[in-house]
Amino acid sequence: MLSKEEIIKISHLARIELSDAEVEKFQKDISAVLDYVEELKQVGTDGLDIVSSVTGLENVSRADVAVEGGNKDEIMHNAPETKDGYYKVKAIL
Amino acid sequence: MNYEFLELTELRKLLDEKKVSSVELTKYFLNRIKELDPKLNSFITLAEEEALQAAREADEYIASEGENFPLTGIPYASKDLFVTKGIRSTAASKILDNYIPPYDATAIAKIKAQKAVLIGKTNLDQFAHGSSGETSAYGATKNPWDTERMPGGSSSGSASAVSAGLVPWATATETGGSIRQPASLTGVSGWKPTYGRVSRYGVMAMGSSLDSIGAMAYSVRDLAMIAEVMSGQDLKDSTTGPVEVPAYSKLINADLKGIKVGIPKQYFIDDMESGVKSAVMDAIKELEKQGATLVDVDLPNTKYGSLVYAIVCPSEVSSNLARYDGIRYGHVTGDAKDLLEVYQKSRAEGFGDEAKRRIMTGTYVLSAGYYDAYYKKAQRVRRLIINEFEEVFKQVDVLVCPSTPNVAAKLGHAAQDPLFGYIADQLNIPGSLAGLPALSVPCGFSEDLPVGLQIIGPQWGEQKIFNVGAGYQEVTEWHKQHPSIK
Repeated sequence: MLSKEEIIKISHLARIELSDAEVEKFQKDISAVLDYVEELKQVGTDGLDIVSSVTGLENVSRADVAVEGGNKDEIMHNAPETKDGYYKVKAIL
Repeated sequence: MNYEFLELTELRKLLDEKKVSSVELTKYFLNRIKELDPKLNSFITLAEEEALQAAREADEYIASEGENFPLTGIPYASKDLFVTKGIRSTAASKILDNYIPPYDATAIAKIKAQKAVLIGKTNLDQFAHGSSGETSAYGATKNPWDTERMPGGSSSGSASAVSAGLVPWATATETGGSIRQPASLTGVSGWKPTYGRVSRYGVMAMGSSLDSIGAMAYSVRDLAMIAEVMSGQDLKDSTTGPVEVPAYSKLINADLKGIKVGIPKQYFIDDMESGVKSAVMDAIKELEKQGATLVDVDLPNTKYGSLVYAIVCPSEVSSNLARYDGIRYGHVTGDAKDLLEVYQKSRAEGFGDEAKRRIMTGTYVLSAGYYDAYYKKAQRVRRLIINEFEEVFKQVDVLVCPSTPNVAAKLGHAAQDPLFGYIADQLNIPGSLAGLPALSVPCGFSEDLPVGLQIIGPQWGEQKIFNVGAGYQEVTEWHKQHPSIK
């Protein structure tokens, strides 16, 4: 089973604060998923490439031209906090 | 006159002949929702005013134009995973409870351009994470055939609403079974497109290499009509293929003579319910009776599908849900002293259990030291699955099998098992990993609950599955059975 420390490390990487009860629950749940997928390690995959595009499309690009990007006010309207037309965040430094 | 359960072609005729107006239809379905949905909880948001406005515009268009579009004036519902301009779009998560999108998803814009009437947004598993509808932050949806049972998921509300006759059709999405499984469990017809057939732009992302945008309706012919509207290349989704959209509905050839139908033995698993198996076997016999040639085929890597999915899906979920930071939109905590805490607490408060579980699992398997062992390995096994399907489709036109191994379970069943979804969707996931189009069509009942027949085609092979599905529905009546809600 995954350790408590491992779960806390992952929760930090995922930027989700977990309660002690959740840490314990995810120790069990994630371990269950890892056990479930264990069998894959036995499947021979030498020489097979990794699927990066399921339909085989490659390097799709469009012309580099400016287009209307949408209404700024409508977009900013959903932000919890704005100031002078900018997103407002807590001080970092 | 009753308008529920009419197919789109029937509604089209009534509207074109001015026997009913779009406003009348819209009011009819709104009333039906108000009367019956308290028992089902299939809607999160009703867009009553917007719908009536759209219906008035559709009626003006019908009065003034010579030719209407296939969907003009016809009410529909959208899974609440699609963003809809000016109409709250929640993904059934509290983290987006107050989100009013400034734009329409491409699929919604295409439907809107036909002057169809969006009546509301349907319930789903939160962020489409689930196979029962029960992970919604807005309460579980019920199955109209038995309101003590789940409708399946994640497109739970769309399935329940169409099944109960609350709307003539609804949009839906699938990552690994989320259209086929609920369509099967509620007795409606569901279309999961080829990956990249319909633009994902504006549909909240779950597993970006798997997400497919489709629909549910009462017949395969209806789905073919809807597919023509929703499909096509979109510059805003670079995974939409440069593949022309055929006039699917006009090109339908329901004659099954000479069609080669593959029966994959791995899809008839040991613990399948006997009633499901016998309904599906009867359907296969019917296809044969209509002139199809049955071919036994072997897909030995099927068993790895759910395992690959259990790695690939949470990995992509963890990347996609990183965008919910409490800054640009969505829930923000009221209790943070610095930026890091804004992220950590907003996400802790906003995401439900299942979203957290997938984010955590995905973050783990993508983290340093585990990426090669899990993610890369899974994506190589996925290649095996794709290659295997390609080989099989050299021998057959379509594959048929059950849509799900079981009929609808009781509510509460899924929460007891963290692997419920991988088991419920095991007959859908391999096709999703390979980007294949598929249908679920009603094919009978087991213990008075609907059973679905799955029809899978090769990539971009929508026409083939529509042909076989329409051929089957021409000689059967299962898709015309509807629940009476108690």
